[in-house]
Amino acid sequence: MHPALQAVLTIVIGLGGCIGYFWFSNQLLDKVLFPPRGPNIGRNIRRAEMIRPWLFLFPAIFALGLYLAYPVVATFWLSLTDRNQGGAFVGLANYQQMLREAKFWEAIRNNMLWLIVVPAASTGFGLLAAQLTDRIRWGNLAKSLIFMPMAISFVGASVIWKLVYDFRPIGQEQIGILNAFWVWLGGAPQTWLTITPWNNFLLMMVLIWIQTGFAMVILGAALRGIPEETVEAAIVDGANPFQIFFKIKVPQIRSTIVVVWTTITLVVLKVFDIVLAMTNGQWQTQVLANYMYDKLFRAFDWGVGSAAAMVIMLLVSPILVWNVINARREMR
Amino acid sequence: MEGMAGQKSTLTWAVHISVALLVALWLFPTVGLLVSSFRTAEQISNSGWWSAFSAQKGQLPAIRISGEEHEDGGLYVIDGNLFGSAETTLSAWGTSSREPEAYEPDTEVELKDGWTISVAKSGDFRLTAPQSFEGERLPRVFATATTPPEFTLQNYKNVLFGTTAGAGVGQAFLNTLTVAIPATVIPILVAAFAAYALAWMEFPGRALLIAAVVALLVVPLQLALIPLLQLHNAIGIGKGYLGVWLAHTGFGLPLAIYLLRNYMVGLPKDIIENARVDGASDFQIFTKIVLPLSFPALASFAIFQFLWTWNDLLVALVFLGTDDDRLVLTARLVNLMGSRGGQWEILATSAFVSIVVPLIVFFAMQKYLVRGLLAGSVK
Repeated sequence: MHPALQAVLTIVIGLGGCIGYFWFSNQLLDKVLFPPRGPNIGRNIRRAEMIRPWLFLFPAIFALGLYLAYPVVATFWLSLTDRNQGGAFVGLANYQQMLREAKFWEAIRNNMLWLIVVPAASTGFGLLAAQLTDRIRWGNLAKSLIFMPMAISFVGASVIWKLVYDFRPIGQEQIGILNAFWVWLGGAPQTWLTITPWNNFLLMMVLIWIQTGFAMVILGAALRGIPEETVEAAIVDGANPFQIFFKIKVPQIRSTIVVVWTTITLVVLKVFDIVLAMTNGQWQTQVLANYMYDKLFRAFDWGVGSAAAMVIMLLVSPILVWNVINARREMR
Repeated sequence: MEGMAGQKSTLTWAVHISVALLVALWLFPTVGLLVSSFRTAEQISNSGWWSAFSAQKGQLPAIRISGEEHEDGGLYVIDGNLFGSAETTLSAWGTSSREPEAYEPDTEVELKDGWTISVAKSGDFRLTAPQSFEGERLPRVFATATTPPEFTLQNYKNVLFGTTAGAGVGQAFLNTLTVAIPATVIPILVAAFAAYALAWMEFPGRALLIAAVVALLVVPLQLALIPLLQLHNAIGIGKGYLGVWLAHTGFGLPLAIYLLRNYMVGLPKDIIENARVDGASDFQIFTKIVLPLSFPALASFAIFQFLWTWNDLLVALVFLGTDDDRLVLTARLVNLMGSRGGQWEILATSAFVSIVVPLIVFFAMQKYLVRGLLAGSVK
């Protein structure tokens, strides 16, 4: 069957199935199992109301359980077994093997760098852009343009930046803007992506470029939410614009900054496409997610690959716990 | 609003300039790619994209003289023009690759056997010889010329419909579309029902479920790859579109439920209570009142999910496989970067084909995207 036809069919079956499921299950509940009439009307209504939420929730819970919750457990189990021994339990052997690999430590080191630099730079640039664009007439256009990379895939962005970093031997016209600029300044053309450790920062630049718009949008909304009086009071007291920004505005949006920071942190931990497309982890640019992909789908070493995935999970979990605590606090 | 009267104008200028700089920095890389996709391979490798708008001086590839000979005053003559375009101006030329800029325009140069050749500024050449050129190998001309800015759509034709250069980008475009649309549509309804239950129905364990959704929101999908691949193989789905759609649905659900619940909780309580009093069932309230009112949130999620599935590489690689006819655009691009890393005309054009749809969606639906982002992270 042609894939496009299959797609249309899947949409029809998927949506029709959902609608059918919800409608029929509710009908079944109301008309057959616990009809709101007869001698037990009160009890029937109560029971129907007890069951109904679960009818609404069942498909979602099923999908979430199968596609996200179960794999966490399964991956943990895989990380304790060896595929070559028919899935025998090997304890922590995979972890030990992973800890002995230089590439793993390289990935950890780079990931730590990414975790510091990317959220900090994106939030910083985002805050700057939000504050500056707020005060000028063409601010909305500027915002749109800074926000735009958000729509571009990591791979597309990698191609875009690879052109920026492109290298031509000395004597030839440079076609990468970075080298052109460098040569114009009087330097010799460089193969930027092979120069450790700076190549890591060049890869990070791609993600910063994508994420700044996100930070700008969220922080911009928070800045606009600051009560006017606090700013006016500061002006009356003779504060200069920098003091107003850093001492009055930033403290008031601290919680939003934290949210932006953690959201970008999550993106960073999963970043894989950029490294795969630009260097594939060569020249000491490996990161955890790409290391894991290497192990799982190139070396087919599911044990070590799963162990690497668990490391990513471990790094994510503080944010997970913090988010859950926050969400619970808000609901009270 | 801020700043003191005296400082205001300089500060305003500083703001304008900084924003302009920031925007330029953010826009330049993309513009570079876009401009490059309209240039020929030769232009791309001869000069940076930023000089594409001005006339360019550069050495053209060697041109072999060709044409019909005719007799003129006892000499055999071939004449014609070296260039395709009338606006190209010659500044120097030569007949050997060692000295490509040996002669000025209009100089007459003697070659072997009494042949002479001259090339004018306009590219008009005249090759003469005392005997016929029949069976002779005609000379090559190396020209240094200034060419006007020139853009071409040929790259797009090659990439989308051609069979060799960047083969399969057109197919990959269709594949990506096939992955993205069902993967966007299917989670919406499932999530909407669940979000309604979590927002407006009372039942034990509700708070726990909401916490679980928030927790699953950040679980890296990397963990799900192998177990789900095993599962798909076990139940006979294997690698294919169905697997990708299911995976994207599962991975998209936490965000969908979270966004929609946050939105639905904020709907006016009166409407829903009144409907309840009037005897409407939850099913009716949901389909007749809550779902239509939630349109902005549904739109926000749909955009997120579409951008995400369109731009995704990992899920497609793992669940769709790496067969050539099944590659999505992102996977195709990664392949091209490996195999045709130096051929920027193909790479730039393919990349632009892959980002044009998200860009259209982005600019058309920006309002909903921003709204969704705010609902998702600011409280």
